[in-house]
Amino acid sequence: MAKSATFNREIISRAVGDSFVKLNPRVMIRNPVMFVVEIGFVITLLLTFDPNLFGGHYPATQRAYNLIVTIVLLVTVLFGNFAEAIAEGRGKAQAESLRKTKTDLWAKRRTANGGYETVPATTLRKGDVVQVAAGETIPADGEVMEGLGSVDESAITGESAPVIRGAGGDFSSVTGGTKLLSDELMIQVTVDPGESFLDKMISLVEGASRQKTPNEIALSVLLAGLTLIFLIVVDTLEPFAHYVHGSRSIDVATLIALLVCLIPTTIGALLSAIGIAGMDRVIRFNVIAKSGKAVEAAGDINTLILDKTGTITIGNRLATEFIPVGSHTEQSLIEVAVLSSLFDETPEGRSVVELGKHKGVAYARENYHEANNVEFSADTRMSGLDLANGQVVRKGAVDAIRQYVRQHGGTIPDDLEPKTNRIAKEGGTPLAVIQDHEVYGLIYLKDIVKPGMRERFAELRKMGIKTVMCTGDNPLTAATIAEEAGVDEFIAEAKPEDKMRLIRTEQEDGKLVAMSGDGTNDAPALAQADVGLAMNTGTSAAKEAGNMVDLDSDPTKLIEVVAIGKQLLITRGAITTFSIANDVAKYFAIIPAMFMAVLPNLKALNIMFLTSPQSAILSALIFNAIIIPLLIPLAMKGVKYRPMSATSMLMRNIFIYGVGGVIAPFIGIKAIDLIITALGLAHV
Amino acid sequence: MTVQGSLQILVVLAILLAIGIPVGGYLYRVSTGQRSKLEGVFAPFERLLYRLVGVNPSVEMDWKAYLKALLLVNLVMMLFVYLVFRLMGHLPLNPDHLPSMSWDLAFNTAASFVTNTNWQNYAGEASMTYLGQMIAITFLQFTSGATGFVAAIAFVRGFINNRRSSLGNFWVDIIRLHVRVLIPFALVFAVALVGLGLPETLQGAQIAHTLQGALQTISRGPVASLEAIKQLGTNGGGFFNANSAHPFEDPTALTTVLEIIAMGLFPTALIFTFGKFMRNRKLAIMLYSFLIAMVIAGVFVVYGSEAAGNPILHHLLGITGANMEGKEVRFGLPLTSLFVGTTTAYTTGAVNAMHDSLTPMGGLIPIVFMMFNLVFGGKGAGLLNILMFLIITVFLSGLMVGRTPEIFGKKIEVREIKLATTAMLVHPFLILVLTAIAVTTKTGIASMNNTYLHGFSEVLYAFTSGAANNGSAFAGLNGNTPFYNVSIGLDMLLGRYVSIIAMFAIAGSLAMKAVIPESSGTLKTDTFSFGFVFVAVVVIVGALTFFPALVVGPIGEQIQMWSGQLSP
Repeated sequence: MAKSATFNREIISRAVGDSFVKLNPRVMIRNPVMFVVEIGFVITLLLTFDPNLFGGHYPATQRAYNLIVTIVLLVTVLFGNFAEAIAEGRGKAQAESLRKTKTDLWAKRRTANGGYETVPATTLRKGDVVQVAAGETIPADGEVMEGLGSVDESAITGESAPVIRGAGGDFSSVTGGTKLLSDELMIQVTVDPGESFLDKMISLVEGASRQKTPNEIALSVLLAGLTLIFLIVVDTLEPFAHYVHGSRSIDVATLIALLVCLIPTTIGALLSAIGIAGMDRVIRFNVIAKSGKAVEAAGDINTLILDKTGTITIGNRLATEFIPVGSHTEQSLIEVAVLSSLFDETPEGRSVVELGKHKGVAYARENYHEANNVEFSADTRMSGLDLANGQVVRKGAVDAIRQYVRQHGGTIPDDLEPKTNRIAKEGGTPLAVIQDHEVYGLIYLKDIVKPGMRERFAELRKMGIKTVMCTGDNPLTAATIAEEAGVDEFIAEAKPEDKMRLIRTEQEDGKLVAMSGDGTNDAPALAQADVGLAMNTGTSAAKEAGNMVDLDSDPTKLIEVVAIGKQLLITRGAITTFSIANDVAKYFAIIPAMFMAVLPNLKALNIMFLTSPQSAILSALIFNAIIIPLLIPLAMKGVKYRPMSATSMLMRNIFIYGVGGVIAPFIGIKAIDLIITALGLAHV
Repeated sequence: MTVQGSLQILVVLAILLAIGIPVGGYLYRVSTGQRSKLEGVFAPFERLLYRLVGVNPSVEMDWKAYLKALLLVNLVMMLFVYLVFRLMGHLPLNPDHLPSMSWDLAFNTAASFVTNTNWQNYAGEASMTYLGQMIAITFLQFTSGATGFVAAIAFVRGFINNRRSSLGNFWVDIIRLHVRVLIPFALVFAVALVGLGLPETLQGAQIAHTLQGALQTISRGPVASLEAIKQLGTNGGGFFNANSAHPFEDPTALTTVLEIIAMGLFPTALIFTFGKFMRNRKLAIMLYSFLIAMVIAGVFVVYGSEAAGNPILHHLLGITGANMEGKEVRFGLPLTSLFVGTTTAYTTGAVNAMHDSLTPMGGLIPIVFMMFNLVFGGKGAGLLNILMFLIITVFLSGLMVGRTPEIFGKKIEVREIKLATTAMLVHPFLILVLTAIAVTTKTGIASMNNTYLHGFSEVLYAFTSGAANNGSAFAGLNGNTPFYNVSIGLDMLLGRYVSIIAMFAIAGSLAMKAVIPESSGTLKTDTFSFGFVFVAVVVIVGALTFFPALVVGPIGEQIQMWSGQLSP
């Protein structure tokens, strides 16, 4: 997917417009905290026209004060709307570019009599068969029935290198909107209009299908509860003040100002922006999450199931050691081995040359161009060179070599068998090396763990996530790789049912399980897992079953998704804490100010030495508004997440957002008060 | 403040800790149905009671069934004592010929004692017959404390259950608690109190001729038996109007120490019981440490403030020294301060001094403790409030560590937060709204003994005491008016039952959830770091909610006193 700039001019100007559109009360009511602010705005607006609307004999100057409160309240609401709009803005821009790929597509649909008719792509139904020629855009999601061709999927993945798609196997699914570059494909459509991957992606990035996640709802409930408490606190203040001082009381605009300062507007304004930005982060990571719930669940994962091959290991067996047999030295073995692999283009062959070079043995290909390269065949199970001088060098499966040597009257060294067994036991693959019919030794081929995996698993352990490796290998091999990669557990000789069983048992223990997969036989497990990450290269059954699709088809991405899920929750928690902690300072600003006429003694509580009651109240209110846009970048980027123990992370975040949240407004309110005083507005 | 005085306070609390640990273990054994050494005495008695009530002790109850039984029993008890109060003037055991109560006072008193509040808008010696004292007051002092206790135990079972709905059996819980805990403990304590000079008699008031030739009516009655359960059951409703300041309720410094220990015993021991239930001693130690630290901090603020005295008196009249107004010399300043702090921390509500006469700062502490309502808190009810705030704290801190919040392996989701928020809302709503109504109505203001800020404190204290089911009075407020009888009555009922119902619903929901095994990513709730966050959440939420009201009350008054102004 095209990476868009975080804040470009176009997105910002549209967001500003949207901030006003969102003032519509029917939209606002979905956010109870900010809705209260909007109601406050309406009331103070009325009080600006008639300061005595609710009784009292306020002088005309009260109007100016009410007006300022009104403006600040409006700005507060607008800031909140702006935060949401800007979070949505990026998605909207992406959706538009995706929509462009979708429009005006035509398809060649096979008719009942075997002919083809050209129809608009939007009329295609599940089960239709279409023909796509090179250079055409694939009209709908489907499975390749016939043909093999390279497909440019950059419209979806942003990756410009074409991928191969063909009938049968795990590479048969194609996505509507991608372009066929070569050959011709017959595709069976697998979705009805409006349900395609592209449609889902568009609605996802636009936030149209964004449902509140369970944690978000729970937090909204708590915030609404706090708002109610503060509503009670502020509503009862007027009677209290009236009791203390029968004639004078607190004016309504000030009470509304206090209410708005106390209710958690900071988190209320940023809550939906945090959610949208979190999903957006996942998308920009080239992972399509089908729901926000899936992303949150990722943050809660207890167990992570990963396939060995291609996920934990590179997937190719590479040479790691040369083991001479009989009377041969390692040096002579290496020479023969490298020679046998000189023109071998397989990863194994190249790794032999590579390892030889590392050990100081290198041959130039040019010197052997007259040699005859014998490629590996399933028949002989060996490969090598027939040199110009008549010498024969081969490497191959040990039993095949053994048979070859015997046939040619050679002898098998005694230590070949035990050394072969040792390699097999350790989980490696032995290759025997011969020159003519003399066995020189063994090449130790090993499944190599991807670099950095060990560290990543250590990180996961720190997050409290258990990793389980699934492999078809025998238990010995599996144990070796598991040990090397540092996974917590492994399942050897695993069948798809084993994965399913593992997921079930873990879930019965109350754990949340994540897994990645791409094959059709992974589909049930992907559906059963709490987080199922399907590879984009996988079958459509797998993609349908998982609740996330990785466009880059990198199974280790689960680790990043876990971090994003956690970050999402942390950001919400941190800003909530900050928001509530802010109230302490606001009380010290507003309470002495609002009681100035009623209980002058309370000026002792004016520990910030704010210039005047009006300035104190406005400073707190302005601070309350300004903090929203200041925190938009944090809401969008998310609080930094580093794997560490839960307790130390709690203390760290409490210190930054809790203690910081208590201190920051003291400084901010005082600073605003100084500015208001300097502008001569302290006594409006 | 003196070193000796401070030591007095700390030693009493140390004794409480020493007794609390084994009692906590005993409460755990009783609540989990384990056999006792006196099984031969208890068991037949219990079996008899099961048969009398007609319940099957092996039936398991889910939260709805448990709650239904609990509420039903409470309703029946309340109706019963209401009738007793309305008719007791015509019933036996009334040697002093006291009249029955008016409807509103009877409602208030019934609500007060059934909710374990023990707010008294009546003066015991002048308005309560011995029959009322014994079969209404003393009876409810047993059952209301037990109700809170079993509610807390049932809730804790919800935490432990792994996809099981049963919270236990209400009848078994409440009967076992009475038979094995309340009655034996109260019996021993009552006998000890009799030995230490408290009266226990059914004879009417004694008319004495004083040396000066005047006639003095000396009230007495079955005091010791009431006094024992009054303290042990965190009830606090005294036999006499002066409560534990009366020499027949609390004659010596020794009895006051015993009474302080008695009222703290079960609320503090319950923390250890909770730890046993959760199989987590560290959790109990952590909670106990923070809560006792709050108690100590509060008590020393009272002690310091009372010892500092009143600067205005010093200024105008040259009187220096501690503020001894309303205090009993036989207890002294430290034990009085300790009593003030603990009676509100444990929401007992007994008083051995007049809280109305405390310095504003000294009066602030009891109000604040009642507003928190979880500094150990009342028997069971306190633990429920602690758990409610633990849920809120875990929710916030769970978000901050990036996991769906879980408490003791149970996920906290929308339903729990909804219910916990409801429970959290009740308290501020009742206290602030009722106080606001009282200070804006003529009838509300007419009952105040003082005007201005101190009068406000009296009203605020009354509704806080009611909502927290504490029952201690600031005094100085004439509560026996239809307005205050009804409003404080409702205050007490809603303060008690709304949160119990909400908490039971949470327990029901938690019980059915699977227990998630702990991993290194789980936020540990038994660390001091978490305890610190818990206290911070409690204090900040409490302060944000009640700060404005406290400013109009004790804080404003203290500032006024410091600035040397007299009340207008």
